[in-house]
Amino acid sequence: MSEQAVQLNRVSKKFGSVVAVNDVSLSIADGEFFSLLGPSGCGKTTTLRLIAGFELPTRGEVYIGQDLQGETPPYRRPVNTVFQNYALFPHMTISRNVGFGLEMRKLPRDEIQRRVSEALDMVQLPGMGERKPSQLSGGQQQRVALARALVNQPKVLLLDEPLGALDLKLRKAMQLELKALQHRIGITFVYVTHDQEEALTMSDRIAVMNGGRVLQIGTPEEIYERPANRFVADFIGETNFLEGQVTAGRPGEATVQVEDSLTIPVSADKAVGKRDVVTVAIRPEKISLHAEPPDDRAVAGVIEEVIYTGTDTRYLVRIGEQTIVTVRQQNVGVGEGASFLKGASIYLHWRLQSARLLTA
Amino acid sequence: MEIQPRSRRETRRLIFLIAPSLFWLLVFFLFPLVLVLAISFGQRGTYGGVEWSLSLQNYRRFFDPLYLRIFGRTLLIALTTTVICLVTGYPLAYFIATRPPRWRNGLLLLLMIPFWTNFLIRTYAWLLLLRDQGLINMLWTGGLHNALLWLSNTVPLPVWGRLLEATSTSLSLFGTNGAIIVGLVYGWLPDMVLPCYAAIERLDHSLVEAAQDLYANRVQSFLRVILPLTMSGVVAGSVLVFIPSLGAYVTPDLLGGAKSVMMGNVIYSQFMSARDYPFGAAISFVLMTVMLVGTLIYFRLGTES
Ligand SMILES: Nc1ncnc2c1ncn2[C@@H]1O[C@H](COP(=O)(O)OP(=O)(O)O)[C@@H](O)[C@H]1O
Ligand SMILES: [Mg+2]
Repeated sequence: MSEQAVQLNRVSKKFGSVVAVNDVSLSIADGEFFSLLGPSGCGKTTTLRLIAGFELPTRGEVYIGQDLQGETPPYRRPVNTVFQNYALFPHMTISRNVGFGLEMRKLPRDEIQRRVSEALDMVQLPGMGERKPSQLSGGQQQRVALARALVNQPKVLLLDEPLGALDLKLRKAMQLELKALQHRIGITFVYVTHDQEEALTMSDRIAVMNGGRVLQIGTPEEIYERPANRFVADFIGETNFLEGQVTAGRPGEATVQVEDSLTIPVSADKAVGKRDVVTVAIRPEKISLHAEPPDDRAVAGVIEEVIYTGTDTRYLVRIGEQTIVTVRQQNVGVGEGASFLKGASIYLHWRLQSARLLTA
Repeated sequence: MEIQPRSRRETRRLIFLIAPSLFWLLVFFLFPLVLVLAISFGQRGTYGGVEWSLSLQNYRRFFDPLYLRIFGRTLLIALTTTVICLVTGYPLAYFIATRPPRWRNGLLLLLMIPFWTNFLIRTYAWLLLLRDQGLINMLWTGGLHNALLWLSNTVPLPVWGRLLEATSTSLSLFGTNGAIIVGLVYGWLPDMVLPCYAAIERLDHSLVEAAQDLYANRVQSFLRVILPLTMSGVVAGSVLVFIPSLGAYVTPDLLGGAKSVMMGNVIYSQFMSARDYPFGAAISFVLMTVMLVGTLIYFRLGTES
């Protein structure tokens, strides 16, 4: 296993009666692109500030590398931050902004100059050094903030929703650029975002947070394909949730009674007993539609709504008496329209492992 | 687009609109100023009137060592007052501006409350505190002296003798430059705190955090980020304190006694007792020029950094 860059050990942070971060433990490996993902107010920024040293934990320990941070002030921690609003010094030129950290560490003037211009080249802003931050666009300011942090070659770079203020197109481009940059320089990134797609695109691993707690840590694939609980399944991507009672439970497979006349097959990696009340999660794109039942596990349904969304067509399908599931199919053909029409009777089919049993 | 000549009607309307403020400026500012300037070139009449002439004699007289010394003292007192107000007022403003928002207005109110009392009365209060039989000296030669007496009887130590001797005579606080400075600082401190507060409160705190994130310790982040970005408040506050201090009249009159005199008192006496209007006018003009030039230089320096 590679060395750890950051470790939080049962860290909590309270502001008065508000518990912003609740008993969080996580370990981030050296060189990893690690994201903190969760809805607004779930404690992402506070977690980042605990690593940077702007907040001290109410309880628990923060390690950077092998070093316990305790009450170490921000200016003695080997991490740098890209702030949400960039926080560029308005009274300094771009060069002075980028060179600030090196200047504070008393590096020789010519080395500062060299590294500043290298950093500006790296973020593709060569020759911008003499301008003031106010003369730059939002995207350029964002790059300066990145250069200002990276020029110090920190052990860990902390980024708080750095692309949040950019428009969609620029954001998509910057996502890929940031990811490539991180890969090239090999610095550990801790990246805060509330955008699940962004987290999936960029991260090596993701910690999904809610209400100050970490609910699941895993690779994008693990988080998407095997969500640990209902919140994660709901927050990442789109999911059909079906609630019911287990009627038959073999190891690895179970049937769940959703309605009197509707039972569905699911995979069960946890031990479930008969009559347990469970939630089944199925992603819309994992369900296929068929005119004839492909096997005896297919579920009959009626198409209630057909919604064309460009890349996909979404079908709202009623199964049983009142259960509606969303099914998504890619529009592979050109101009063929939807494969099934509203009102058609069809069969739904999914692989067993695509229907996941959630207990929480 | 071609520039159209203004129609006559438009011009008339413009004149009509600016007329009130123009009138105000002319009558209450420019006219008196020109009058004072004119008088300053005149000569004192035999019975106190003004004999109009165009002589620089009054300005020459200003460079008499007697007046230069008073002028130097005035400048020194005004500068000291400004510096003391700055080094006490800025931290106070910083403290208030970094409290939770709901506390700030209350704290500012506390700062302002004493200033609901008339300036003369507040200055008089300092007289009562500082004079030889004033409250401070009563405590010094009374309470403290007696306490030391009692202590020296109970715990005999060699130090008591010196202290007893010191507290046996009253301190001469009144009638010194120090007394004037105390009065001026007290009088103008809020004028320093308020602009500083406004600038500090506007400061984006994430910039301070960014500085600390980039290895600047507390002193460095203050000098490199906080101070430069709140310089507008420092400049405004300093000017607001320096100008009235330079022209102070009431404070030195009450607290300076006969020994310590400032330019304001000289001007007063020229107009009121010596009846030498031209010389008084000349001093006023010199003082005004110093204020103007000083302020301009200061603003220039402040906005450059
Ligand atoms: N300085 C603070 N004082 C009081 N409450 C705070 C402070 N900072 C954050 N909080 C609270 O802690 C919770 C988590 O905030 P934050 O970490 O900013 O969430 P996120 O970045 O995920 O949106 C929120 O309820 C927020 O109101
Ligand atoms: Mg946040």
